[in-house]
Amino acid sequence: MLTTRDLVLSALFAALVAGLGMAPPIPLGFLPVPITAQSLGVMLAGALLGAKRGGLALLLFVLLVAAGLPLLAGGRGGIGVILGPSGGFILAFPVGAFVTGLLAERFATGANPLRLFAVCVAGGILAVYAGGIPWLSVVAGMPLEKAVTAMVAFIPGDLIKAGVAAAAAAAVRRAGVLPTAHA
Amino acid sequence: MLGLYLHRDSPIHRLGAGVKMGGLLAATLLVLALPGAVGALGAGLSGLFALWLAKLPLGRVLRELRAPVLMLGLLFGVQALVAGTGWADTLAAVARFAALILLATLVTLTTKVAAMVDLFERVFAILRPLGVNPAKLALMLALTIRFIPLLAEQVREVRMAQQARGVERSIAALFVPLLVKILRLADDLTAALDARGYDPTDDARPGTSPNDAVGPNNKEAQPPC
Repeated sequence: MLTTRDLVLSALFAALVAGLGMAPPIPLGFLPVPITAQSLGVMLAGALLGAKRGGLALLLFVLLVAAGLPLLAGGRGGIGVILGPSGGFILAFPVGAFVTGLLAERFATGANPLRLFAVCVAGGILAVYAGGIPWLSVVAGMPLEKAVTAMVAFIPGDLIKAGVAAAAAAAVRRAGVLPTAHA
Repeated sequence: MLGLYLHRDSPIHRLGAGVKMGGLLAATLLVLALPGAVGALGAGLSGLFALWLAKLPLGRVLRELRAPVLMLGLLFGVQALVAGTGWADTLAAVARFAALILLATLVTLTTKVAAMVDLFERVFAILRPLGVNPAKLALMLALTIRFIPLLAEQVREVRMAQQARGVERSIAALFVPLLVKILRLADDLTAALDARGYDPTDDARPGTSPNDAVGPNNKEAQPPC
C-alpha cells in the first residue's frame, strides 16, 4: 500500500534524477573525465528510499523519458533511446534501484558507508549491467562476451559513483532526516 | 517543460499515441523476426516514408539519431576490425536497429508528451486487477513533471553555493544539502496533499476540486509539453 508520503518521495526522486541529468557533469579532482550524475540517482533512490519507493521513482523517470521528455544526460530522450544500444541500461534503472533498496533494507540499515557501498555496487552496477549488456549485445549484433568486455571501461567510473552514493547516503542517514522505510 | 515533440500539420502527427506505439511495437517484432537485411531494409524504407509524411525537418531528425547511430557505428567498426569474419551479419544487425531507432524517433517527435503519458495511464489501468492503481500513477507522473524544473534549479543552486565556498569538488557538499532539501520538501508536499483531503486509499482520480494545486486534472494549467 502506497501512502501519500510514498507517492511524494518517489515523484521527487524521479524529478531529482532528471535534474541531475540537466546539471553539467561534476568535475572530480582525481579523474580526467567529469562524471554525469544520473546513474548516481539510481543508487541514491534505492539506498535512501528502499526497494518499493526507489524502484517506483526510477520507473516514473523511465516512463517520462519514453514519453519524449529530454531528461537523459545531454538532453536525450524518447523511445529511440530506449531502442538504442544503451536502452537496456535505462530500462534496468528501476530494477537497479529496486535491488539496491532491497539489499539496503536487509544488510545496510545503518550509516555504515562500506555496507552501503556494497549495496550500491550490487544494485546500481551489477543489476543495471545485467539488463544493459544483453540488450547492447542484441542491438549492436555483438556476442555477449564482447559486450561484457566493452563495458569494462565504464566500471571505474561506476565504482566511483557507488562510492559517492554510499558516502552521501551515509551522511544523510546520520543527519537523521530520513523517513523510515515503513512510515 | 518542453518535450522533444515537434509540431507539424501532418497525418502522422494526427494519429493517436496508441496507434503509433502499437505500430512501433508491431514493427519491432516483425523486424526482429525477419532476417537481418530484409528487416533493416523494410524498416528503413517505412521510416523514410513516415519521415516524408510527417514533414519533419531532416536536420532535426538526424540530430536525434546522431548519438545512437555513432555508437552503433563505433561498435560495428570495433567488431569488424577485431573479428574480421561475419561482418556482413553484424552490419545487417546494426542497420536493423538503426532503422528501428529512426521509426522510434519519429514516434517521439510526432507525439505530444501529454498524449504519451495518457497512453501509459491507460495501459497501466489494464493492470488494475494486479493491484496497480492508475490514479496514483497519474498523480505521481504529474508531480514529477511539476517538480523537474524545481529540482534542476536546486541542483544548480547548491552547486553555485559550493563554488562560492570553494568546495565544488566535494561530492558530499553537493549531495547532502540537496538530499536534505528534497526530504524536507517531501514533508511539506505530503502535508499539502493531506490538507487538501487527498486519500491514498481512494481509487478515484484525485484533484477533483478546482483549488487542487497538484492534482493530475490540473495538467491544463501547465505549459504544453
